[in-house]
Amino acid sequence: MIDVHGLCKSFKTGKTQVQAVSNVSFKALDGQITGLLGPNGAGKTTTMRMLYTLMQPDSGSVTVDGFDIHTQANAVRQRLGVLPDARGLYKRLTARENIAYFGRLQGLPEATISQRIEQLSDRIGMADILDRRCEGFSNGQRVKTALARALVHDPKNVILDEPTNGLDVMSTRSLRKIMLNLRAEGRCVLFSSHIMQEVAALCDVIVVIAKGTVVAAGTADALRELGGSHNLEDAFVKIIGTDEGLML
Amino acid sequence: MKRWLTVLKKEITENLRDRRTMMTTFVVSPLLGPVLVAALFGFMLSMERERSEKSLELPVVGAEFAPNFVTWLEQQGVKIEPPPKDSEKAIRNRDEDVVIRLTPEFPEQWRRGESAELELLFDPSRQTASQTVARTQSLIEAYSRQIGAMRLMLRGINPDVARPVSVRALDLSTPQSRGGQLLMMLPALLFMTVFMGGMSMAIDATAGERERQSLEPLLANPMPRGEIMLGKMMASTSFALASSALSLLIYLLGFKLIPMEQFGMSLSLTPFSCLVIFIALIPLAVLASAAQTALAAFSKSFREAQTQVGLLMMIPYLPGMLLAVNPIKPILWYYSVPFFGQIFVLERIFRGESIEWVPFWIAFGSSSLFALVTLLFAARMYHRESLAVSA
Repeated sequence: MIDVHGLCKSFKTGKTQVQAVSNVSFKALDGQITGLLGPNGAGKTTTMRMLYTLMQPDSGSVTVDGFDIHTQANAVRQRLGVLPDARGLYKRLTARENIAYFGRLQGLPEATISQRIEQLSDRIGMADILDRRCEGFSNGQRVKTALARALVHDPKNVILDEPTNGLDVMSTRSLRKIMLNLRAEGRCVLFSSHIMQEVAALCDVIVVIAKGTVVAAGTADALRELGGSHNLEDAFVKIIGTDEGLML
Repeated sequence: MKRWLTVLKKEITENLRDRRTMMTTFVVSPLLGPVLVAALFGFMLSMERERSEKSLELPVVGAEFAPNFVTWLEQQGVKIEPPPKDSEKAIRNRDEDVVIRLTPEFPEQWRRGESAELELLFDPSRQTASQTVARTQSLIEAYSRQIGAMRLMLRGINPDVARPVSVRALDLSTPQSRGGQLLMMLPALLFMTVFMGGMSMAIDATAGERERQSLEPLLANPMPRGEIMLGKMMASTSFALASSALSLLIYLLGFKLIPMEQFGMSLSLTPFSCLVIFIALIPLAVLASAAQTALAAFSKSFREAQTQVGLLMMIPYLPGMLLAVNPIKPILWYYSVPFFGQIFVLERIFRGESIEWVPFWIAFGSSSLFALVTLLFAARMYHRESLAVSA
């Protein structure tokens, strides 16, 4: 479970102070898929980066399974599987070596690592690329490898930043299936997207973010009601106030 | 297994598969120094041969005005050549190094017992001609002195009267010290190898990872950033040391092939002294890798990292350059300055003198301390929030 409370973060760009995230609060529960929906530049990536302790929030608190990101950063990182926006692989290593490296950094014993790799390879469908060097992988193959790498330590919570970005229809479909499986296994899945259809199709709870702050949260039905429209799309546009930066 | 060792192992595996890094670390970096030294020896060898074997060839304009002088030159082993059509042009076109020109006044002045004038044409800005010019000048002077002495004796005067001071030069250099003079560049070349050997990896492991966007997922792992930095830095240190060891081995074998006696010098390099040099280089390798890693973490892009780390390579040359301009005798505290101290230590070893262990360990300890401070600084650089956030 990921509990976010009153998160704020600002950046200095030149002389101006930009408030990237202001007072973001939400809860992502186990056995649910929580979607962060918002246009590009709304603050989704920054919020997630603070959750997986890459950045320090200016104020606010986050706990993952009860562990605090300030004081228990390592415990938090052990409980998180992260597929960041940056999905760089080591192209001179094979997919298997890429995954095993992260397993070792998570402190897993070798036997567990190879066992997990076999499991994940089965579930994600990447047996054919497992022992190939990552140089020249397609976008889909890269995301699969990065996802396996993020899940090697069997984390209870999974954070995916725009996971379907740059994927074709087939890869997107298989990724959605994987996310539903993760939910079925009782994990807490948090993912961000600017694609409404995707969020509507997958999420149990939708958190709508615009201009660095949460403008609405709830199930798809609740949001339809809030937006005063049967059409989810119209409801979103009404809630956010603009359709700029969103995709159907 | 310690986690920083996991990082180290991965960096080495990955870089062993990279042709470019392998080339720099195991071919270019260790060979560059020995090749430079070999080229220098080759140049010296050909100079030496020229000096000892080739007879001096002198074009003389108006040889008929001073037949005795010309005969005397020939007796000294000089080959008199027919004069070029245009002496000035011959010098300017580098056809001739030097031309002697005698004028019709020469025999008249000679007969009257005045100082007879001859012209020596040469271009002092030409380094390659300097040897020939110097030989010609000293021959002319010797002839002048000889005739002068004879004239004085004819008048019943001791020629020493006209020579109140005479110089007897005593060359006190030993074969070893002559070698050491030339090989003052050896420490600098070894420092270069230390810097170059791990450079490619240091840039790749930090700036390269960020550019390829693998640093962000890496930092999401449950280990302190300092530990990740340590693994990466030690990986590039190990490459720098491997490169240096290889270079030392090449020097060791190469020195056996060079006929040192021919240069009137003896340079000693034994397996033991190589080992001592290698130990002296260890803290410098850590210092170099830590500085390179810190810079790579500080820079905003791969390209910027390459430029900055390249500039860093100038640092080990500074003490060497200073010593070339102003050679000094080492005082004990000099040894505590990284690179500076090692120059004295290494020079002594190359000269074949016994190793002084107190300065050796002062240099080692002090450089280790500098390395540790740089390491902590690199760790600080790694904790910057902007490190992982690419683009």
